[in-house]
Amino acid sequence: MTENLHDKGSISKQGSSVGADILLVGQPNVGKSVLFSRLTGVRTIASNYPGTTVGYTVGSMRFGDRAYRVVDAPGTYSLEPLDEAARVAIDLIDAAGLIINVVDATHLERHLPLTLELIAQGKPVVVALNMSDEARHLGIEIHIERLEELLGVPVVPTVARTGEGVVRLIETALFRDIPVRGARDEEAARDESGHPAHHPHMPHHHAGEQANGHEHIADEKVWSRVGEIVDEVQVLRHHHHTFSQWIEDASVHPRLGGLFALLVLALSFSVVRMIGEFLVSGGVGVAGEPWFRVPFGMEPLFDAAWRPLMAKLSASLGGDGFLHHLLIGNLIDGRIDFKQSFGLLTTGLFVPLGMVLPYIFSFYLVLSLLEDTGYLPRLAVFLDTGMHRIGLHGYAIVPTLLGLGCNVPGIMATRILENKRQRFITATLISIAVPCAALQAMIVGLAGARGLWVVALVYGILFVVWIVIGVILRIATRGFLPELLIEIPPYRVPSPGALASKMWMRVGGFLREALPIVLAAILVVNVLYELNVFHYIADAGAGVVSTLWGLPKEAIVPLLLGILRKEMGAGMFAPLSLTTKQLVSGCVILSMFFPCIATLVVLLRELGWRDTLKATGIMLAAVVATGAAINFIWP
Amino acid sequence: MTEKPLAALEPGEDAEIVALNGGEKFQSRLRAMGLAEGQKVRKLSRISWGGPIILLVNRAQVAIGHGMARKILVRTNDDD
Repeated sequence: MTENLHDKGSISKQGSSVGADILLVGQPNVGKSVLFSRLTGVRTIASNYPGTTVGYTVGSMRFGDRAYRVVDAPGTYSLEPLDEAARVAIDLIDAAGLIINVVDATHLERHLPLTLELIAQGKPVVVALNMSDEARHLGIEIHIERLEELLGVPVVPTVARTGEGVVRLIETALFRDIPVRGARDEEAARDESGHPAHHPHMPHHHAGEQANGHEHIADEKVWSRVGEIVDEVQVLRHHHHTFSQWIEDASVHPRLGGLFALLVLALSFSVVRMIGEFLVSGGVGVAGEPWFRVPFGMEPLFDAAWRPLMAKLSASLGGDGFLHHLLIGNLIDGRIDFKQSFGLLTTGLFVPLGMVLPYIFSFYLVLSLLEDTGYLPRLAVFLDTGMHRIGLHGYAIVPTLLGLGCNVPGIMATRILENKRQRFITATLISIAVPCAALQAMIVGLAGARGLWVVALVYGILFVVWIVIGVILRIATRGFLPELLIEIPPYRVPSPGALASKMWMRVGGFLREALPIVLAAILVVNVLYELNVFHYIADAGAGVVSTLWGLPKEAIVPLLLGILRKEMGAGMFAPLSLTTKQLVSGCVILSMFFPCIATLVVLLRELGWRDTLKATGIMLAAVVATGAAINFIWP
Repeated sequence: MTEKPLAALEPGEDAEIVALNGGEKFQSRLRAMGLAEGQKVRKLSRISWGGPIILLVNRAQVAIGHGMARKILVRTNDDD
């Protein structure tokens, strides 16, 4: 039934507010984004932890013969501008025509305070009582009609994940005459009666009224009012401990929980490696040589299907010359080497599709599963004490893990952290010491050929760098460091549809964004090679690159190319015949040396130029020191 | 009836929040998560090495940093 609601087109925004016909507002992790996808058909990233939507998303919904602009606001606990999410939500509310307040039916008492605040804003409000299936399952019964009377606004039970109740919600929002409370009518919020005045059109909000002018009802009054409402509309029936509740208890056990966290992390990395390796080569195994091989994977596919074609093209181009150099690259021992030839159609396609794509897929599959089950907040709890040493609290692990996929969403996700100092530390650490999945795929491919310990060494050094810079930043930056305070969502079985949609967005995003840049980078590099430009660059950088870091001076080219796409930088290490020591320091330096251009842009947007400059200074000092340390410590 | 900091509760112990001893921002942050005066909570677990405390608040699990938990005063019923 919801298909006819769909329309295409969406934009994610962070800037100034947009006037929504329908605005979805609610606390974090209530399923706003899932509902938004249902309404607009726009794919969004929805996960099972608070703070998944950091900006807001605009989409369009077609219903009847009209199109409506629907906006998904970031989750907020109250209309007090305590954090960035709340500030964004407040601005959106001011500009909205109608508000759908998404509420978690399983925790009514926690969500109604926001509902009362919203109703007091003087806009028409419809309450979507979401996750009502989960509430039924937990033995929670809610008297809908009575709740409507007490709140004075329509209430519609929904299950966004399955679409249950969504059409009714829309019909209610669009066609039912929704009573509006006068803004500033504080009396009304406290009023016992459910007889609000009928104002079909809301009084318009005064322009220029900022966050502090918003209706914020005194806390105690709200809480007592919520208590009364909940007592009247909600019946709890006894129900037995479910299996998922048992794991919920076990995974926050004081010590066993920590063990469980280690197990989950180890298992996650193993599974990423296993699926990635399988998709690359058809080999099945976690570390070192695969246990067995099956005829599958991108490598065999390139060899069987693409190599003969390229060999023909190479022959017809005469095996040499400018065009051959551009498209096929250099022949290694008389034949095409997909990893080293460096032509547009050889290495240019093989690196992103044959080496990186499999790992992007496996990384995001595992990350999405961790997100959707609801494990990440539990992991944050166990890492909290350790993260305090680097000036952060446990929840900073969420952006950091996202950064392991791609630094860009990782740095954007730092908005879930409470203050500027935490955001600066987390984002700086991500941009310097957290290699993205594309680069990791190349590190595993290149360094893994020399032995597992080589890969482990690269990761180990980056981890130490992450900690050392973190400790220095904690000491060097001033400001308050808030403590962890998060809701731990119940475990949920990931929905295959939502998982597939999220994978499609993330993997598709890689292909759309990475492939053109990789090809452009190879084109530029090959042309510059023909013009012999790199010769001069290599000589200019030799002082640092060879003397201090012990790398061949030509390594400056991959390091610089890494600023476009990190995996291409790593790809250029292949023809340099590096020693193992040089490969390790090369991989570490490439990870740290200037974030890629996309990361730099998002860093500028999130931190501002002043802090980005600071982060860059820290990066330069760290990379020079780390490269030198590896060079002089390693005999 | 005994009053003590939330941090000092034993796992499994029930209590009622009496006071939030902190600045305005601290109080708002807690209230927004449902931790207001008069709220009944149960301590589920305390993560080792000074880690966060896990509470049950209205059937939802909430993790709260140890330092914050020390600034929340609760009342327990010793008769139980």
